[in-house]
Amino acid sequence: MINLRNIWIIPATLIFALALTLLPLPAWAQPFRPDWVTLVVIYWAMAIPRVFGISAAWVTGLFLDVGQGALLGQHALGMVMITYIVAMQYQRIRVAPLGQQALIVTGLIIMKQAEVLWANGLANRLPDNAYYYFGSSLLTLILWPWIFIILRDIRRRFHIA
Amino acid sequence: MQPLFQRSAGLNLKLVLFCVLSISMMTVDHRFSHLQSARTLLREIIYPIELLVSLPSSVMDTTVNIVSTHNMLRSRIGVLEEENLQLKFTQQRMGMLDIENQRLRQLLHSSDKIKHRVLIAELLAVDQDPFRQQVRLNKGKNSGVYIGQPIIDATGIMGQIIETSNNSSTALLISDPSHAIPVELARNGLRSIAEGSGKADKIELLYLPHNADIRIGDQIITSGLGGVFPRGYPVAVVYDIQYPETDSFAAVFARPTALLDRSREVLLIAVKNNLPAQTSPDETQTELEEFD
Repeated sequence: MINLRNIWIIPATLIFALALTLLPLPAWAQPFRPDWVTLVVIYWAMAIPRVFGISAAWVTGLFLDVGQGALLGQHALGMVMITYIVAMQYQRIRVAPLGQQALIVTGLIIMKQAEVLWANGLANRLPDNAYYYFGSSLLTLILWPWIFIILRDIRRRFHIA
Repeated sequence: MQPLFQRSAGLNLKLVLFCVLSISMMTVDHRFSHLQSARTLLREIIYPIELLVSLPSSVMDTTVNIVSTHNMLRSRIGVLEEENLQLKFTQQRMGMLDIENQRLRQLLHSSDKIKHRVLIAELLAVDQDPFRQQVRLNKGKNSGVYIGQPIIDATGIMGQIIETSNNSSTALLISDPSHAIPVELARNGLRSIAEGSGKADKIELLYLPHNADIRIGDQIITSGLGGVFPRGYPVAVVYDIQYPETDSFAAVFARPTALLDRSREVLLIAVKNNLPAQTSPDETQTELEEFD
């Protein structure tokens, strides 16, 4: 059974991730900023797919769109696609070793990055050096194990089954 | 106990629904302005997060002010006084030129408004999508900010407002790839359009033929065509000209004079006569000054 009493911890982690996304970085580091919000969304979609589904991911994506000044729906579309894949395969992703999990998540993030780039391209907003930004996706490979462990501990502490 | 391989029944349906919804929203957001109110609503919700995120840098500023020594402040005041004196000197001549200019314009029966109201705004220390060149400002509709309002810093045009909420607004910089600004060369009045590149230090002048009279070091100013930007503000300086043989136009690159990635304080120019909706008169007095 899902414990709904501590459910506020999900939006709390998402807000924290959004704050990390908005946090000012020096210009050279900006392209390498990990996609914090999407990583947290992937975790919750994998851990509690019954509660955190496509609708929740879509709403989160809209907030990310506004925060990032992107087209409304741009990140939301990527979130929906990712959450769909996670919801289909969550039993497999959950039991995969951390390393493999990181690979899968990196794949998902690259997919979303490609979608965002594609939408930017259609809207004629592509900067000269766009492909450079895939660098942040590769950083996911290193970051995912840490994010996974931290969020898992949070989930256990607040008894969200 | 939940069954092991049961899937939520409406998963495929939801996927299709939300994908269609997202794509249509993107289209509407790109082409029309119907989603502006939804965007403003979401913006109001995340505004506290933005304030929280920009808190460290404002705390930093305050701390620097508190711990700076008497001597540091004295030397700073000295520098500022010197700068003020120089500006006043320029201002004296400008005042004279202004009057002369107005008299000449009256002789020509042309009425060109030169005076604009300005509003000082500060940038929020918040990062945006690295794909776009945008900044967030701490003044919004309540201070009379409107969509399309030009923003400048001390050295040149920065961009224009594309989104406003009650207490904050978003500006698109001239270096954004989707931004174009009508410009002319200060030297000979040659007109062109400057388009952003996605990098803060580079914009490109479009549709200039190979034989156009343009040189490295030329000043580019706003031409005032298009009605968004007032005429005569500095935009950029040409630093590179190429003549690709496959193209009938020259590739002219310029560096914006405004410090697009470094300015902390910006000026909003009110080209429309658009007064703040709810500000008290004394606040209006302090915030709006005449600007020549």
